[in-house]
Amino acid sequence: MTVLFAFAAALLFATGTWMLLQRRLSRILIGVGLVGHGSNLLLLTSGGPGGSAPIIGTGDPADFSDPLPQALALTSIVITFGVTAFLLALGYRSWRMTRDDMVENDVEDRLIARQRDRDELVEETRLAEREQRDDEGLE
Amino acid sequence: MNDFIPLVVIVPLLGAALCVVAARSRRVQRVVSLVALSSNVITAILLLVEVDDEGILVSQAGGWRVPIGITLTVDRLSAVMLVVSSLMLISVMVYAIGLGDEEQRFSAFHPIYLALAAGVSASFVTGDLFNLFVAFEMMLVASYVLLTLGGRRAQVRSGMTYVIISLIASTFFVTALALLYASTGTVNMAELADRIPDLPDGVRLGFSLLLVVVFGIKAGVFPLYFWLPDSYPTAPGAITAVFAGLLTKVGVYAIIRSQTLLFPPDDRQGSLLLVIAALTMVVGVLGALAQDDMRRILSFHVISQIGYMIFGLALFSLAGIAGAVFYVVHHIAVKTSLFLVAGLVEFRTGSGRLSNVGGLVRSAPAVALLFAFPALSLAGLPPFSGFIAKFALVDAGIDDGAYLVVVASLVASLLTVMSMTKIWLAVFWGDAEAASVDRRLRASRSPLLMSIATGFVVAISLALIVYADPVYDYAERAATELLEPAQYVEAVLGGDDR
Repeated sequence: MTVLFAFAAALLFATGTWMLLQRRLSRILIGVGLVGHGSNLLLLTSGGPGGSAPIIGTGDPADFSDPLPQALALTSIVITFGVTAFLLALGYRSWRMTRDDMVENDVEDRLIARQRDRDELVEETRLAEREQRDDEGLE
Repeated sequence: MNDFIPLVVIVPLLGAALCVVAARSRRVQRVVSLVALSSNVITAILLLVEVDDEGILVSQAGGWRVPIGITLTVDRLSAVMLVVSSLMLISVMVYAIGLGDEEQRFSAFHPIYLALAAGVSASFVTGDLFNLFVAFEMMLVASYVLLTLGGRRAQVRSGMTYVIISLIASTFFVTALALLYASTGTVNMAELADRIPDLPDGVRLGFSLLLVVVFGIKAGVFPLYFWLPDSYPTAPGAITAVFAGLLTKVGVYAIIRSQTLLFPPDDRQGSLLLVIAALTMVVGVLGALAQDDMRRILSFHVISQIGYMIFGLALFSLAGIAGAVFYVVHHIAVKTSLFLVAGLVEFRTGSGRLSNVGGLVRSAPAVALLFAFPALSLAGLPPFSGFIAKFALVDAGIDDGAYLVVVASLVASLLTVMSMTKIWLAVFWGDAEAASVDRRLRASRSPLLMSIATGFVVAISLALIVYADPVYDYAERAATELLEPAQYVEAVLGGDDR
């Protein structure tokens, strides 16, 4: 069972990673969900093989499954759920504003890159002008 | 005194709940926030005094013993982080009230800000790795909302990147926790410190690296920093200051804590962290030089400064870690005040773009003064706190023979001076008239509340010069404690306090 879980977690991580690398927020969201499930499954598996419900007085404590990872997994599921909902809202907002849910590049970075091109252009023109002037001077 | 520890988390959360109830009255919300945040300042200072006298404080939440309940621990490092962060949180709240805008328009501002405060405090006091994850999430979810509160296009765009990156880091964290639990059977930090040395070499190395990556994303170290300068500048004025001052430092705190406590000395990632530190310093400052926006320049400096802290830690010597602790304290105060000043400049001129503003030294000499002190301190000029912090680190680095990193740190400092000069020349000198004619002048002078808050933070950073000696001594004691994790383990597992 543990091996099966491990394979399932691996599969979830692999597909999730692929989806995360996409450009559209809707796909990234699915990726986040898949990877999140993968890690939660891993958390659940980390308690070792399953057993009976861990309620004192219902059976032999040696047969109990470990409740802690289950509690941890529950916590992390709730958190992932909340954040995913927030991301969905963000995606919706982005769609309302731009009719698109592309995750865009940093605008300022592009501005600065363009600035550099412009600086280079200015520099080149200045150099060319100076050469021209020098040539004229020689003549 | 031990029972006071949960207060730093509970009080802001209660305040948040009250603020939700009082959503209709901004005045009630303000009072509640300020009371909750100042209560945190007082608790933090009491804890600091107590820790320094008595040693590590431990509280078991709900009275459950170690492996079952959640442990809250305050040692010297946590205590000083608590004090500095609570001071910053209240100053920025005062500033935000002065600024109005988001604080005025959204009733969600106060509850979420308090949740952020609770998350930051919880990260510093928790002694349980899973609880650290929960504290991180509390802080991050609050920061997602604060970042995108205005709902402007730039905010939504950068919010997406920020949320996705943080989510990936969180998923990594959960994965690391699952693997740690599977191999040791606990997520309590003291118990982990006890059991991790028994693991096989490769597994320990894997955990060490995995945790560095997880916390490195939060801290914004070299290859993992891309989200930071993209998202921070778009946040509302006051909020950026908290983000830049505190959030990344929580990541740095987690790196320091996990590397010193959880892993035995030969597993600590000393040389790797040194390389990361050098690259973070240099790349961060080079990024800053290329920018044209005041907040973006400062955001890149956050990255560069993180490098210094990692540098101190990576030496794993007493002087190195003491330097790193001092650096964190100095950096939080200085960075927060610089962002607050950037907010003041934007408030006055309507723009933070270097090419759009100018001449503020004549029109707003007070703002110029408030910028000059922390800027010089950030660059590390004597006698400011930045000089003391950098001197301590460089000294520690030379002692350890990490000459290349020392050179990198000095080069980065020089470039920091250059980029601070760039801001100064463009914003405070330069042509006032030409720039501000087409800019709306929103106020003839900076509102009092914002200036007072900024002045208070600047005063804290200046106090670090006067009290450099006791603070550095304290940092050294904190470093001694960090280098002897046995004390921490003993305090949590051995010393049953009730």
